[in-house]
Amino acid sequence: MKALRLVLVLASILCIRPADAWAADAPSGDFESAVKALNGDSYDDKIAAIEALGALADGRAAPVLQAMLDGHLAALPDQSLVISENGAYRDALTGAILNDVKADDLSDITINNRVRGVLDGVLGQLSLKSPDPDARRKAAQAMADRRTPGAAEVLRAMLAGETDASVRSTVEAALGTLDLLSPDRSRRLAAIAILAGSSDPNVKGQLERLQDGEKDPELRKAADKAIASITFRLTLINVGANLFQGLSLGSVLLLAAIGLAITFGVMGVINMAHGEMIMLGAYTAYVVQEAFVAWLPPTVIGLYLVVAVPIAFLATGLVGIALERGLIRFLYGRPLETLLSTWGISLILQQVVRSIFGAPNKEVANPAWMTGGVDMTGGFTLTWNRLVIILFCLAVLGILAAVLRYSRFGLQMRAVAQNRPMAAAMGIRTGRVDALTFGLGSGIAGIAGVALSQIGNVSPNLGQGYIVDSFMVVVFGGVGSLWGTLLGATSLGVVNKLLEPYAGAMLGKILVLVFIILFIQKRPRGLFALKGRSIEG
Amino acid sequence: MRSFATRFLLTDDRRFWRGFALAGALFLVAVPLLNLLPGEGSALHLPNYMIPLLGKYLCYALLALALDLVWGYAGVLSLGHGAFFALGGYAMGMYLMREIGTRGVYGNPLLPDFMVFLAWKDLPWYWTGFEHFPFAALMIVAAPSILALVFGWLAFRSRITGVYLSIITQVMTYALMLAFFRNEMGFGGNNGLTDFKDILGFDLASPATKLGLYVATVVALGLSLLLCRFVVASKLGRVMMAMRDAEGRVRFLGYSVTATKLFAFVLSAALAGLAGALYVPQVGIINPSEFSPANSIEVAIWVAVGGRGTLVGAILGALAVNAAKTWLTDAVPEAWLFFLGGLFIVVTILLPDGLMGLIKRLRQTKAAPEAAVEKKHA
Repeated sequence: MKALRLVLVLASILCIRPADAWAADAPSGDFESAVKALNGDSYDDKIAAIEALGALADGRAAPVLQAMLDGHLAALPDQSLVISENGAYRDALTGAILNDVKADDLSDITINNRVRGVLDGVLGQLSLKSPDPDARRKAAQAMADRRTPGAAEVLRAMLAGETDASVRSTVEAALGTLDLLSPDRSRRLAAIAILAGSSDPNVKGQLERLQDGEKDPELRKAADKAIASITFRLTLINVGANLFQGLSLGSVLLLAAIGLAITFGVMGVINMAHGEMIMLGAYTAYVVQEAFVAWLPPTVIGLYLVVAVPIAFLATGLVGIALERGLIRFLYGRPLETLLSTWGISLILQQVVRSIFGAPNKEVANPAWMTGGVDMTGGFTLTWNRLVIILFCLAVLGILAAVLRYSRFGLQMRAVAQNRPMAAAMGIRTGRVDALTFGLGSGIAGIAGVALSQIGNVSPNLGQGYIVDSFMVVVFGGVGSLWGTLLGATSLGVVNKLLEPYAGAMLGKILVLVFIILFIQKRPRGLFALKGRSIEG
Repeated sequence: MRSFATRFLLTDDRRFWRGFALAGALFLVAVPLLNLLPGEGSALHLPNYMIPLLGKYLCYALLALALDLVWGYAGVLSLGHGAFFALGGYAMGMYLMREIGTRGVYGNPLLPDFMVFLAWKDLPWYWTGFEHFPFAALMIVAAPSILALVFGWLAFRSRITGVYLSIITQVMTYALMLAFFRNEMGFGGNNGLTDFKDILGFDLASPATKLGLYVATVVALGLSLLLCRFVVASKLGRVMMAMRDAEGRVRFLGYSVTATKLFAFVLSAALAGLAGALYVPQVGIINPSEFSPANSIEVAIWVAVGGRGTLVGAILGALAVNAAKTWLTDAVPEAWLFFLGGLFIVVTILLPDGLMGLIKRLRQTKAAPEAAVEKKHA
């Protein structure tokens, strides 16, 4: 929330508001007469006035022209012009707010398509000189896209005076696409050289079109090379995009599987209700969100997710402890019975949630700071929610590893897992450690549920979708090894997404499943198998 | 040397044969007679809709029997038996689809409706031959058996046991479910195979055909039960049980654990396929949801409820749980999952030997005073 406010403040500072532009210079004679002429009798007069305004290179011209384009410019009976802004009126010359204007007195300044075209061009040229680099970049791009005659010359002139590196590269690329059509052979050659550095599929299309009409062998060869290098870069971007999606899927798998790596990996308990712990976590997020909507001011709604994480951990952790004390402890050493009875628990939990919340999906909204994303080149977007989840799951894994390695509880947990009678002999209360370990695993599943509520549907069946996957990850990575789980989840995610473009989503998944079945034949204990006697237990 | 009948049919187990004859009389004689003889309004009349329903339960019972053979005797808990069931069902469904002929919505003599809808020109190669019932009947048993053979060989050879095996059988059925959901597979995708018209020329909609299918199911179940009893009473069956209880020791004694498990697994898969094939014409549809892992896990609870390692118990468990399901989902729909979930917990914690264990315990407490009296006299 703080970050958001900061962004708003920064934006208001950076933004050059119209009033500031007016205040910058005092009205000069040329500007005044040109603005007055905008209300000319014929469209030709108006066009002349617009072009005159553009030539003045006056900072005050842009808002007036923009208002004209938007149909917000009007004339008072005394021929002075006003700009209407949401029901208020400003003097077009001075920018002063006028209070005594009546809407009935105004006559609109009409424009037609020809005038609109000229306005577009002049506004574009004006924004080429805008102090905001972003506006300059956009204007250069728009100019190249529109192919206005003479645009190449304007851009070339602009390039000479441009210092901002990112604007320069955009302008160069824009100029390149224009120069491709230039009758001058050396211009075309230079343009191809510049465009070879692009990674835009549109540019590739333009080069291909050029090649169809081009006779000059040297140019053709250059274009060939440029197309090849663009294709190569696009492939790289594509692979990068797939890799990111694979990592994102891997992080989802990892989140679903970390809790299982504790309960199944460390304790050896087959918890088929693990998916339902994830589901309970997701519903906790939903409940916290509803509580925020109901009782807290809307400004803090974005924080609900942060609050939901510890609450979900505690809630599902407690459910886990109750489950361990009430049921699972009677079944230690009987894995198949554990499997069946926890499956029973999962059915009951599903029905409990369905009875309380109803069967339809619940809406869990992304908070504002998780929506949107960063646009990368080649039409590939890094979305915030995926990025946050990748970082979040790494954080969870790191904290868990630290707890296991450095805390007293972690030490006791490992001791009990390795040799229960010896741990008991050393005074560790093994029953308590069991309960807490199971609670920890379940709590982490709950946290995973909060994260997964951000990218999928929240319904009573949510957990069912993850149970096969998460067991696969744990078995593939190696039971009892956190790093195995990390590697297992990421590699399965990445392989799945890399297969997808060739095999389709469904077949890709099937291939991964078949691969796992075959892999387990070779290494029945997973990638990172524990060595020694404990594995036979 | 015991006689042939004693060895293969275990005729000296009087109690079993009494029950078997009783159940046979009930399902083969009483049910059809009650359906056919009394008039519509009579209190004793068994309505027509009950016949396919009972047939469905008996198919489930056959599936449970198949699972009990591998789980109860060979110690292999397969959570993917639904896959074998569904494969048998699909093989039957393919035959029934070809039987429709030109009576489909599009009237194509060669292609089933969904293929015409997908604008396919030719029948895929794996559909050839399914217009002949004997070939389909062969595939009903062969398709699940081959899958079980390949999968089992891979799994048992590398000594995947216990929970790991349960998980990868689940992965197997999950992968098959995803595969059958794809339209490109040529098995009707999401909708599966349905709109069947007749089987071997008999109209599937007529009550007589339904009764015939029901009777066929009863006979199949009875014969399968005898076959399983024969297997578990044989020397091979003893090796299976020994393997279940101490796999390492059996291996050291020189028996091939892989081959024994594989035999049990393949036989069980074939029986599951048979159950699926009998199921499809009675319910009128087969679709990929039959492959879902949840279905396969449910079969395990039928066996556990009845008592695993008893064969008869698996059948009783399947019938009891499914009857309860039909009744509960109708009477109190929300309660069904609570009941099923509770059953999983209660049975594993309080009734590890299931209904059969309960019966045995009751009989023992009844017999115990008499035994004590006899001892005193002796």
